[in-house]
Amino acid sequence: MTPQLLGDARLTDTHCPYCSLQCGMRLAVRASAGVPVEVRERAEFPVNRGALCGKGQSAAALLDPAVRLTTPLVRDRGVGGVGGVGGVGGVGGVGGAGAGPGARGELRAASWAEALDRVAGGLAAVRAEHGADAVGVFGGGGLTNEKAYQLGKFARIALRTANIDYNGRFCMSSAAAAGRLAFGLDRGLPFPLADIPHTECLILVGANPAETMPPALRYFRELPENGGTLIVVDPRRTRTAEQADLHLQPQPGTDLALALGLLHLLIADGMVDHDFVATRTTGFEAARETAMAHWPERVERITGVPVAQLRDAAGLFGRARTGMVLTARGPEQQSKGTDTVGAWINLCLASGKAGRRYSGYGCLTGQGNGQGGREHGQKADQLPGYRSIEDPAARAHVAAVWGVPPESLPRAGRSAYELLDSLGRPGPDGVRALLVMGSNPVVSAPRAAHVAERLRALDLLVVSDLVLSETAQLADVVLPAAQWAEETGTLTNLEGRVILRRQALTPPEGVRSDLWVLRELAERLAATDDPEAVETREAVEAPDAGYLPQGTQRTHRMGGRFDDDPETVFDELRRASAGGQADYAGIDYARIEAEDGVFWPCPDERHPGTPRLFLDAFATPDGRARFAAVTHRPAAEEPDDEYPLYLTTGRVLAQYQSGAQTRRVAALSSAAPGPFVELHPLVAARLEIAEGELVAVTSRRGRAVAAARITGTVRPDTVFMPFHWAGPGRANTLTNPALDPTSKMPEFKVCAVRVERAA
Amino acid sequence: MTAPHQQAGIARQQIAVIGAGMAAARFAERYQALGGTAQVTLYGAEPRAPYNRVLLADVLTGRYDAEAVALPVGGARLCLGGEVIGVDLDARKLTLAGGSVEAFDELVFATGANPVLPPIRGLRRSDGSGLRDGVHALRSLADCVRLAGEAASAERAVVIGGGVLGVSVARALAALGLPVEIVHQGPHLIERQLDFEAAEVLRGRLRTLGVETYPRNRARALTSDSAGRGAVELANGYRLGTDLTVLACGVRPRTGLAHASGLDVGSGIVVDDTLTARVGGVTRPGVHAIGDCAEHRGVVHGLSGPAWQQADVLAARLSGADPEAVYTGSRPVARLSAGPLEYAAFGEAHTDVDTDGEVDTDGEVDRDADADHHTERDVLRITDGTRGSYKKLVLRGDRLVGGILVGDLTTVGALTRAYERDDPLPDTPPLHLLTTYGAS
Repeated sequence: MTPQLLGDARLTDTHCPYCSLQCGMRLAVRASAGVPVEVRERAEFPVNRGALCGKGQSAAALLDPAVRLTTPLVRDRGVGGVGGVGGVGGVGGVGGAGAGPGARGELRAASWAEALDRVAGGLAAVRAEHGADAVGVFGGGGLTNEKAYQLGKFARIALRTANIDYNGRFCMSSAAAAGRLAFGLDRGLPFPLADIPHTECLILVGANPAETMPPALRYFRELPENGGTLIVVDPRRTRTAEQADLHLQPQPGTDLALALGLLHLLIADGMVDHDFVATRTTGFEAARETAMAHWPERVERITGVPVAQLRDAAGLFGRARTGMVLTARGPEQQSKGTDTVGAWINLCLASGKAGRRYSGYGCLTGQGNGQGGREHGQKADQLPGYRSIEDPAARAHVAAVWGVPPESLPRAGRSAYELLDSLGRPGPDGVRALLVMGSNPVVSAPRAAHVAERLRALDLLVVSDLVLSETAQLADVVLPAAQWAEETGTLTNLEGRVILRRQALTPPEGVRSDLWVLRELAERLAATDDPEAVETREAVEAPDAGYLPQGTQRTHRMGGRFDDDPETVFDELRRASAGGQADYAGIDYARIEAEDGVFWPCPDERHPGTPRLFLDAFATPDGRARFAAVTHRPAAEEPDDEYPLYLTTGRVLAQYQSGAQTRRVAALSSAAPGPFVELHPLVAARLEIAEGELVAVTSRRGRAVAAARITGTVRPDTVFMPFHWAGPGRANTLTNPALDPTSKMPEFKVCAVRVERAA
Repeated sequence: MTAPHQQAGIARQQIAVIGAGMAAARFAERYQALGGTAQVTLYGAEPRAPYNRVLLADVLTGRYDAEAVALPVGGARLCLGGEVIGVDLDARKLTLAGGSVEAFDELVFATGANPVLPPIRGLRRSDGSGLRDGVHALRSLADCVRLAGEAASAERAVVIGGGVLGVSVARALAALGLPVEIVHQGPHLIERQLDFEAAEVLRGRLRTLGVETYPRNRARALTSDSAGRGAVELANGYRLGTDLTVLACGVRPRTGLAHASGLDVGSGIVVDDTLTARVGGVTRPGVHAIGDCAEHRGVVHGLSGPAWQQADVLAARLSGADPEAVYTGSRPVARLSAGPLEYAAFGEAHTDVDTDGEVDTDGEVDRDADADHHTERDVLRITDGTRGSYKKLVLRGDRLVGGILVGDLTTVGALTRAYERDDPLPDTPPLHLLTTYGAS
């Protein structure tokens, strides 16, 4: 739909810049002064039916030039220990924060030409000196599909590095891994959100949609109205847990045992759907054995959840005719996240609650494009279409679309934390230059102080973002990126629904889209004295086949494989994804607008899309879902005498992820002004801590200080901190980078800490 | 000395586990999960693959199929139905009942325990070949299957022994529709874990299921009347007619083989914090014991929880995942959650030093101190006659040293955790361990 005019306002239908719901919204842009951009309801969009949370309602505040970047910034480094040149033409007040003294100057405003030359020159120099893998790329789950795709392609064929990963690794990678193991396919939800109120029993595990995705809450509220039952599993009595028919409050890091205990009870009490198990699954026997090792009394001891509650939960879920299990970061952000999610999926499989209408397992993805971002090549081990980078057929297909020889594609690189941990390290494994796009790992990565130190050790750090995030503050070059309302692009929400954000206004002078930046950098890199560039240039000239609309003009310049027109990039993405699991071949912008989004897989234009997966078969080679043979094990770090409490981290309603955006919105910032530590009254009494008093929380990795909030909603053995803030109250200073062996997810949700009054 | 396989230089290291019970299965499963590369072999006397013994009472009730309770063993080789009859520690060889000899590099005793047969006349067949017809112990799945078979045609049953197993079996038999009588020598049911009052609540709940309990009674003889019906004769001369008699008089570690092979044996096979056995007071590297057969710091636990903790530690050590792992003891919690018979008990709660005849009124919390003891011992109790629940906490200073919950177990998670972790408690009475309403 092209923008309409209404009075003096131009209306554009688009979507929220924040979470994975991708709520529909309508932007009214006025040519005249006053409020230039206004967020309005878009009642007809099915996901949110007009509802928006405070974040969505206030999203336009980020368009204000006062809070965002409007010019490239560069930092001059001193030479040979001479002090920095800083400050010339600087952007007073913001530059250089956290960069430390010494040879690093202040960030100063620069032209795009200077900034891009500096980036391309720096990347090429590092590559020439240390090899292609010494250049790393760190993407984000908020990037559009087009950007995520282009960034992966840029890494593989312009930089030729294996080392690209993204912050989605910190988000739902465990659910993705478990979903692929069980079903052969990972899509956040295998059904539309609108199916949720129609299931008979819903188990929400470590999910708090009341705070994280309020517009979806209606589906959970409609559930009891239809007679359905809601079970919430969470160590905290969250606003979501308050609404549950049954709240199980396990000790952090023990929900794997909890799920195994529930499977044990399904077996013991005759609630296994043997026909389903026999005809649609494999591996039940091994799962049964591990469940037998988790009998109810043992599970009670491990989790702290009384046997009677385990029985109630198993009975409610097992006896329901339809049921769903939805996980979020709670079970996933653990060093055993993949196994934990697998154990919850087992419950669905054993009771026949998968691959059927109103039943199944799903993951409540976090970031706006957490789903699409993981499908099109930002992951270290994947190529577009959710293909494995180690699969020869996948390499051949994607290489053909890109016009490069398959053998020129790098292999799998390091996962997100491993990549960040390798930054600036000497020797062949060190990454010396990093391009960050749409991510703020200084706040969002585990063991964040260490990550910041690694970022400082780089030869070159380039950050593209719309605000001067904490990570951007450490950069050598900061590139001001266009944001959601200023550019067109698709995202894939948690349902697997591909949606389209339409450009509603032009970005300010000085701001560019990431697609343009990648094109410019690719051109500059190709122009460097690189013998391979000649070959690739020839490949570029090869005619395109496939989905390009008739009459599309396409310019093939040096490096011209990197288009900056989103729709053109999307058409290439469609071809790259064709035949893959996340097959977008049949989706185009016009269909997305006409159909309120299209669910992948959608292999051709006549295909209706796939709102519900697995109804006929699972996506495994034999069409059967696979049970996970998993066993409980403790968290990587358990409390001891020195660090006697658990820390678990999470989110609050008015903030989003690292807070880089929402902390800059006045309405949100006043609603949730700063970090805090939730303590049980018993803990507070023992430590003589009063409400609001500053407390220090210390782990083996660092110390954070924030105000105490005393509440009975948290367990007496656990403290909670939200992770949206930088500075002294940064929760991720404390978190443990112990990684899940399969998904490489760090253990954000459990570590051992000591709490005391901050003297 | 160098093991034969190390000399060969190619063959896989061999870990022999004598026993194929719960500790053995857990060790085998964890060893593989932690990345251990040696070949683990479980030598089991029973012909069955390892299964979960904890669930036997509910195999008896039919809740679980006998096949359904099998446990995972990782990649272990199972050598079943052939008992190990000899161990040569120096040669690192085992001899099996069939005569074959198998070599090992590391040896783990997980031989478990045998049921104790009480001194009762007429227990065995007249030819001494085994237990008299209609008399059962309940230790193995085979026992369980036999018992279930006979229970189908029995009309009444007697359980000798009112400990954890006795109560559990009596409940299972009652669930099959049999009237059951428990003869118990002790002062009250489960006196090693429960105090009198808790036991009385439990006794009342058993009665509603059709189980009558006779504490302070000793079975003297098993007899049969002229019609061939069995009876249990009590020391006071009273006779309880029965078709089915189950012996639940505790277990004793199986240490015969370990003793014969020269290992130090007290109540169990003596091990140190590394779970390594000794010979003549000297540590014997490469020889270990875990589970019900092991004695650690003078304690033989005989419960699955400590057995699995030991198995986990040994697996961490031998797999190389954590060669420095040590076992420093357990704080086991006894737990039964069979329908109305819900209780949890641990620590010092079963002894009453303060039984001076005071009466607890319903729902009232009383707090009394034991002045005789060096450290002051506080006892908190809630008795709720109406709802048939009983709760008791025993504290020394700010630490929880014992507890009992019967009937209402909503706080069991917090309670057992506070005990397990030895958490300091607040100055105020720890009501959050007794009721979910007190704390938040």
